[in-house]
Amino acid sequence: MSQFLDISGLNARIDADGQEKEILRGVDLVIPPGEVHAIMGPNGSGKSTLSYVLAGREDYEVTSGSVSFQGKDLLEMEPEERAAAGLFLAFQSPVELPGVNNANFLRTAVNAVRRARGQEELDAVNFLKTVRAAAKELGMSPDMLKRNVNVGFSGGEKKRNEVLQMTLLQPSFAILDETDSGLDVDALRIVAEGVKRLRSPQFSALVITHHQRLLEYIVPDRIHVMAKGRIIHSGGPELAQQIDREGYTKFLAEAA
Amino acid sequence: MPAVTETREAVEKLGLSSYKWGFETDIDMDVAPKGLNEDIVRLISARKEEPEWMLEWRLAAFRSWLQMKEPEWAKVSHPPIDYQDAHYYAAPKKKPGPKSLEEVDPELLRTYEKLGIPLHEQAMLAGVEVPEGEQARMPVAVDAVFDSVSVVTTFRKTLEEAGVIFCPISEAIKEHPELVKKYLGTVVPVGDNFFSALNSAVFTDGSFVYVPEGVRCPMELSTYFRINSRNTGQFERTLIIVEDRASVSYLEGCTAPMRDENQLHAAVVELVAMEDASIKYSTVQNWYPGDENGRGGIYNFVTKRGACRGARSKISWTQVETGSAITWKYPSCILQGEGSVGEFYSVAVTNNHQQADTGTKMIHIGKNTRSTIIAKTISAGNSDSTYRGLVRVQPKASGARNFTQCDSLLIGDQCGAHTVPYIECRNAQARIEHEATTSKISEDQLFYCRQRGLSEEDSVGLIVNGFCRDVLKELPMEFAVEAQKLLQISLEGSVG
Repeated sequence: MSQFLDISGLNARIDADGQEKEILRGVDLVIPPGEVHAIMGPNGSGKSTLSYVLAGREDYEVTSGSVSFQGKDLLEMEPEERAAAGLFLAFQSPVELPGVNNANFLRTAVNAVRRARGQEELDAVNFLKTVRAAAKELGMSPDMLKRNVNVGFSGGEKKRNEVLQMTLLQPSFAILDETDSGLDVDALRIVAEGVKRLRSPQFSALVITHHQRLLEYIVPDRIHVMAKGRIIHSGGPELAQQIDREGYTKFLAEAA
Repeated sequence: MPAVTETREAVEKLGLSSYKWGFETDIDMDVAPKGLNEDIVRLISARKEEPEWMLEWRLAAFRSWLQMKEPEWAKVSHPPIDYQDAHYYAAPKKKPGPKSLEEVDPELLRTYEKLGIPLHEQAMLAGVEVPEGEQARMPVAVDAVFDSVSVVTTFRKTLEEAGVIFCPISEAIKEHPELVKKYLGTVVPVGDNFFSALNSAVFTDGSFVYVPEGVRCPMELSTYFRINSRNTGQFERTLIIVEDRASVSYLEGCTAPMRDENQLHAAVVELVAMEDASIKYSTVQNWYPGDENGRGGIYNFVTKRGACRGARSKISWTQVETGSAITWKYPSCILQGEGSVGEFYSVAVTNNHQQADTGTKMIHIGKNTRSTIIAKTISAGNSDSTYRGLVRVQPKASGARNFTQCDSLLIGDQCGAHTVPYIECRNAQARIEHEATTSKISEDQLFYCRQRGLSEEDSVGLIVNGFCRDVLKELPMEFAVEAQKLLQISLEGSVG
């Protein structure tokens, strides 16, 4: 029986200005259903690349390795198929879509995945009810639904908007790429609570972060340290404090 | 956006060919011999049973056309057009005279049905069952022009009761000669340009609208142009006159069958707005654009101009240009009346080998006249798109204001977008603003949308519709939905 998410020997590179650059160098990672794992690591260790490769961004070329997601070959799927299958990526830098109304975008996205999942589409009235309630829980003003997607949003508003989308799209697996960066303490708590509300035996998550603060709110089942394109160390939730105290030096030395 | 689902369905329905309006109607036609000379002009006038003054007007136009040269300043290229190698008159064989739906050839009715153009007043008035969740269609009066003639005009009775005249221009020439004589050629003079002179000589039909003083036209008026016959040019002429404190909203749509050869469409539209009058003129232009290798398609060389003659009058042009192999068109406003307002909202999409050179002219003559120009250009494939606009402020136009915004969106790396604004200001108190941007659909935006579950096509549609929103929101509701679908269909296959 295959695992919920099983990443094995994953290598990926990007073509940067005509030069092939190896970024992932043999990532092995297993996430069982219902578990929240965190990835920590120095800048440039490949954390964001891993999230992009899992979500299907085409700029990255997978050179070897495999990823199975709920028994399916994830790497064979288009980005929108991965979304329909339950994968959600909360972007580190959410993208602006000028002229595209936020509520309409959300509804289009929700109905696209509902269609693909064989569920009935939500009509405008039901959708608005759901989205307004979800936005309120995240402390977002109703005005943000009327604005254009992420256009003129503050850093904190953008991150809340990501969590709002995640809440509505009901993923079975969410990747949060530094969702805590740029958030003040209050916003961090609200966002963390949004993630916690989703926790269930049917929901797994991979939380990418630099700080242990987020992990105080969302206590992970496992923490992995990533460096130079590989997972070099894994442990329980207590690892966060250790990293906070001692940094990555020790792990880097061990790996070398 | 709600339209995206519909768009996706619309695209799916299209199957292999992305131009679903490309079918041909098999119908008995009365066609003039090929070629252009005084005899043809006389023949058209005779077929239309026109009065002598009209024939003279045409002949004068023809003679001035002979002296003129095709303009070459636009950024478009095409092989020379042989004006002798086309038919200048083609009409379905049918008795002329007052038309009712019963008299119209059923084959024609089926054609318009296929195009989705409502011609059945009965069905519409009786309130046909509206599927759940859809809005009831607002009744729209339609003038259907098939090749050279108007085949039917709906809702004329209802409009007559309100005092509005809405009929084919060929009929107006006979029934309302005083109005036609007074206004025809006063906004676009016969010799204005090569194509307007040609049109004045050989125009065959088009719509005529007259809204009397104080009347708000009770429904949207619309003309649907269809080119069907082979080797036929379409030269329609539209004249809209709106008296003091009156208003009208007018829409036009256009399609043509898919053919290998290029066909010429050279229309002239004249608008006249008197004191406190307002005219809203919307176009969804979807002539056949040619195939993906640039074969065939319509040459769309159109002169559209509106005169704001009365104080505080307003003329607003909104256009969505997705079709034609070549588009050459500059809907303009002459802002003569004090405090009059001109607006131009445009979306021009080019894909494959299409070429578009389009924009507007705002001529500020009166005091405190205002104009707004919002032009969105989207280029994909190997296409080339140019915005060309003129803002002219005359010496007496104190307090004149203009705001211009030109945005270009590029899809792929083989297309071009150009912006050519001309500004001529002869009054020191005028205020003119110009903003322009050029951008590409970014990989980031596409990936973001797809990560949220949207297909690549839907993502492009969403981003493009967002880009055009400022213009699309100016369209009447129903047209806006139609236009959104069209945008996506036009760009089909442009990414990936």
